[in-house]
Amino acid sequence: MEVYLDNSATTACFPAVAELMVKLMCEDYGNPSSMHIKGMQAEQYLRYARNVIAKNLKVNEKEIFFTSGGTESDNLAIIGAAMAGRRAGSHLITTSVEHPAVLQPMKFLESQGFQVTYLPVDKQGKVILEELASALRLDTILVSMMHTNNEMGALQPIEEAAAIVKNYNPAIIFHVDGVQGYGKYRILPRKTGIDMLSVSGHKIHGPKGVGFLYIHEKVKIGPIIFGGGQQKGLRSGTENVPAIAGMARAVEESYASLEEDVERMRSLKNQLIWGLGQLEGVQINGSTGEDSAPHIVSASISGIRSEVLLHALEDRGIYVSAGSACASNKPAYSATLKAMGIEKALLDSTLRFSLSLFTTK
Amino acid sequence: MFTAFLIKYAEIGVKGKNRYLFEDALVQQIKYALKRCEGEFKIRKAQGRIYVDAVGEFDFEETVENLQTVFGISGICPVVYVEDEGFEQLSKTIVDYMDRVYPDKNKTFKVVARRARKNYPLDTMELNREIGGVLLDAFPQLSVDVHEPDINLYVEIREKIYIYSRIIPGPCGMPVGTNGKAMLLLSGGIDSPVAGYMISKRGVKIDAVYFHAPPYTSERAKQKVVDLARQVSRYSGPIYLHVVNFTDIQLAIYEKCPHEELTIIMRRYMMKIAEKIARDTECLGLITGESIGQVASQTMHSLYATNEVCTLPVYRPCIGLDKQEIVEISEKIGTYETSIQPYEDCCTIFVAKHPVTKPNLEYIKRHEENLTGVIEGLLETALSTKELLIVRPED
Repeated sequence: MEVYLDNSATTACFPAVAELMVKLMCEDYGNPSSMHIKGMQAEQYLRYARNVIAKNLKVNEKEIFFTSGGTESDNLAIIGAAMAGRRAGSHLITTSVEHPAVLQPMKFLESQGFQVTYLPVDKQGKVILEELASALRLDTILVSMMHTNNEMGALQPIEEAAAIVKNYNPAIIFHVDGVQGYGKYRILPRKTGIDMLSVSGHKIHGPKGVGFLYIHEKVKIGPIIFGGGQQKGLRSGTENVPAIAGMARAVEESYASLEEDVERMRSLKNQLIWGLGQLEGVQINGSTGEDSAPHIVSASISGIRSEVLLHALEDRGIYVSAGSACASNKPAYSATLKAMGIEKALLDSTLRFSLSLFTTK
Repeated sequence: MFTAFLIKYAEIGVKGKNRYLFEDALVQQIKYALKRCEGEFKIRKAQGRIYVDAVGEFDFEETVENLQTVFGISGICPVVYVEDEGFEQLSKTIVDYMDRVYPDKNKTFKVVARRARKNYPLDTMELNREIGGVLLDAFPQLSVDVHEPDINLYVEIREKIYIYSRIIPGPCGMPVGTNGKAMLLLSGGIDSPVAGYMISKRGVKIDAVYFHAPPYTSERAKQKVVDLARQVSRYSGPIYLHVVNFTDIQLAIYEKCPHEELTIIMRRYMMKIAEKIARDTECLGLITGESIGQVASQTMHSLYATNEVCTLPVYRPCIGLDKQEIVEISEKIGTYETSIQPYEDCCTIFVAKHPVTKPNLEYIKRHEENLTGVIEGLLETALSTKELLIVRPED
């Protein structure tokens, strides 16, 4: 039997998503920019996708932009807003536990003359809000913070952070990397004070190679990809219609019975934590309560290298990841776990278990 | 903190014996608008007021936004109401209210008490004074200004006690459904959706007709019109959109009539068709987005010539507005961005280089005679092949 517990790396597609995508690849394969009916049909799927996502976030359809995934959404949000806001200032703020899709654009911007402040986190992996308040400057133009940490599931105090930022200067853009949180939580950008939200399709049982970025209509942002002027010139390139429609279908399915699904995931997570706790030398990292994601467990097992344990579990048909998949193909220690103050001896012995709505007892 | 809204209505208040009809229509329209919102609501009429109570979870902004599409509402007041448990308890509630609604206390205020229940121990003047005193004691930064206060704090003693201070403006007008139905000639432009909105605001239900001319106009142009109808339907309620294929009529006119008169003759036939559909669907008038002098076909002479084919009244609410004024309304109701999408509509394709600006009705009629024998069949086909789309705001 296969037990797939690596859903924060990627998820299985909903069958309805795959079905829709086959139809769009083989039958309704038009280019949405074509003048003819075939093009218009394709455009209708984009409209459908925009409508579903906009309704889910309670925002305007014209505020949704499709990208090639979470990484591109983060890059577009950060580089696009920093470049467009250069005249207003050159200071950016993010946290020390972000995904590389945020950290690397920040590094790039540093090389272009921007200054970046990396906020520390507490032992639970949460941003220290006082540090945010004191990091804000007159020339700060963007604050980027993840919704849910991909390595140990800590929820960041997004609403409080947004309030602090907006109170200091409403012109500062507040970007949220929602890749791990979207699909598990109802995220309402307008209510929360989020100006931009990055989402990936394949973390919510949609296809890979697609994502979206919500951009509040008042945010000034420039493109990072140039070409045929699709999507109001902000993201050129023929839209990936099958994947975009598939992602929208996945949004519908993910939110159809969200509360129930999340409750079930959380109870499975608690059982897993209880089970792991019975074992000797196991330490659960970060918070495990309601303030942590319902689907992520990070555990350090002293004395065993995570890679060894990962393969041992694999032999039994259990798939997990060491740290986070995106960081694990590099030998460096997880920056997130280090930032949380996890003992050095445990850094290399940490596994991540991540559930989904398909996970069963 | 708010779970209820007091709905203020504008002109209905001055209606006579049939006032209840207007109130009932307003309640219906509020119910319809709130169906689009998360949560469950109870709407009740009491003592010349309408209250909206949220049952359980709801989204404040979304609810207000949707109430702002209901014609007949002049103001939306988020309200707190409590049982009458004596003045002391009421004072506590009011202090708590002010504390939560106005974090910044550096403001001037005035208490506006109303006593619908006359057996309350304090009269209106006493209530104003006493509540004012309580607030000044609780928040020394507050000060009273009876002429131009920052905050008007309303305290109404009814079967319960209602406290409110914010009045969010509504769209005003009259509830849709209280004033018959009219047929809107909807193009893809900026003016006609605005015209539909304005007439609907007076309580009129609207249906619409769109003239489609494939292959000269594309499916996207039609989609644009459906989108516009949907945006208008947020205010007007569902719109029955009749899509008429106008290609053959247009080609016949193009072939047989002088090109400078094309637009006028075409518009005369559009009016004829619209009137026929209007009569068949119990509409009591036509609505167009015309504005005097905007284009050649909208000069006084042209309007005279196009109007001549109809016997139903033609309502032209934009008639005295400048383009900029029309644009402002379209931006407010959210149709502007759709209207400016660059798809050809059937009025823009068959345009002569120099259309007549002062058409002579006699000449026009004479030239229309060239169409005799052909046009009757074409009109019939256009009517019998028309497509009906029901456009709803929630789709």
